[in-house]
Amino acid sequence: MPNSPSDRSAAPRRVTVQRKGPLLVEGPVEVELEDGSVVTSDRFRVALCTCRRSRRYPWCDTSHRDRA
Amino acid sequence: MAHDREEPEPREPGLPTPRGPLSGGVEAYLRDAGRLPRLEEVARAAVYGEDLQLALYLCYELHYRGFAGVSPDREWDPDLLRTRAALEHRFLSALRGDARVHDSVDEALAGLLVEPVDGTGVTHFLRDEGELWHVREYAAQRSLYHLKEADPHAWVLPRLWGRAKAAMAAVEFDEWGGGRADRVHARLFADLMRDLGLDTTYGRYLDAASAEALVTVNLMSLFGLHRALRGALVGHFAAVEITSSPGSRRLAEAMRRTGAGPAAEHFYDEHVEADAVHEQVVRHDVIGGLLELEPHLAPDVAFGVDATEFVEERFGARLLADWRASRSSLRAPLTQETAYIS
Repeated sequence: MPNSPSDRSAAPRRVTVQRKGPLLVEGPVEVELEDGSVVTSDRFRVALCTCRRSRRYPWCDTSHRDRA
Repeated sequence: MAHDREEPEPREPGLPTPRGPLSGGVEAYLRDAGRLPRLEEVARAAVYGEDLQLALYLCYELHYRGFAGVSPDREWDPDLLRTRAALEHRFLSALRGDARVHDSVDEALAGLLVEPVDGTGVTHFLRDEGELWHVREYAAQRSLYHLKEADPHAWVLPRLWGRAKAAMAAVEFDEWGGGRADRVHARLFADLMRDLGLDTTYGRYLDAASAEALVTVNLMSLFGLHRALRGALVGHFAAVEITSSPGSRRLAEAMRRTGAGPAAEHFYDEHVEADAVHEQVVRHDVIGGLLELEPHLAPDVAFGVDATEFVEERFGARLLADWRASRSSLRAPLTQETAYIS
């Protein structure tokens, strides 16, 4: 049997951390920012910026990459 | 936004104009008006040249949208497949010889994961000094792929299992709009083309596209259509997704600076964000999942990355060489299709 929607909502949401790079969260997500505003993404997975360099914060835009 | 616009008709495009004996032979055969090129002719032609690449493109296009007036059965015509195999053999051998070869997948990807401070690629040019005519040419050349964006990669799905399959399907779902027709990336690109006053008809700019552009699309079709090359397809896809995000940011800036229009900006803005996610999923789950089950495919994955870099660099170099000489990069001049540009 495939997972029913209720199984899915009961399961913990997977968040993937990595030493370098964004936080990966299963979507959809709402993100509350410091100023209280809320942004949403309904992508199947969302990459949240952790380096604070993104120009599309809170979403990752690959600005964490090394520059050479 | 363009939500209320009608979807384009799923019509087959017309056959393009041949560029030599190979593409002429294939084109005539498709029209039931001539014979296929001889294998000796295939062996002699310039492998990345206009003629061989268009002949191969014609063979591949039968697997996508086909051509008006050409029987859909030609897709599995044994004589045509024999010709295609000879063309592919030349192409694949050349790529294996010419692409830089990294020993491991990590080494192949490492270079792409570093952003050059003073990049000199085509997206840097468009961001810094591109004019509207450069942007329009870039879109016309890229339309060969973007109007079927993510389609060549779908062929790999039945050849993947477990984690790799689930992740690849998820990324493809996102490319195809996450279930919403107005968000399909090919549709977003058509909206961009409309902003730029280009004709959004599938196949419209095939005659105008340079050999270097055909090579980039033929590479995807080659890797997608062969199960034996599933590792290379996955490596190719990773290379595209990794380089897309920063490149798209530069292109979004180019669209803003040239006043290309809101849909043109949106296409690249969407790719900055989407491909920052896709890159992570493809590297960790598609490549990681594939190599967990089939570790012997690692050299193929690295080859897919390296071959993609090779063909993309050739394409970019060709555009920049033409533009720096104030020449069009296209084989046919662009006309203004609509009055969207003020």
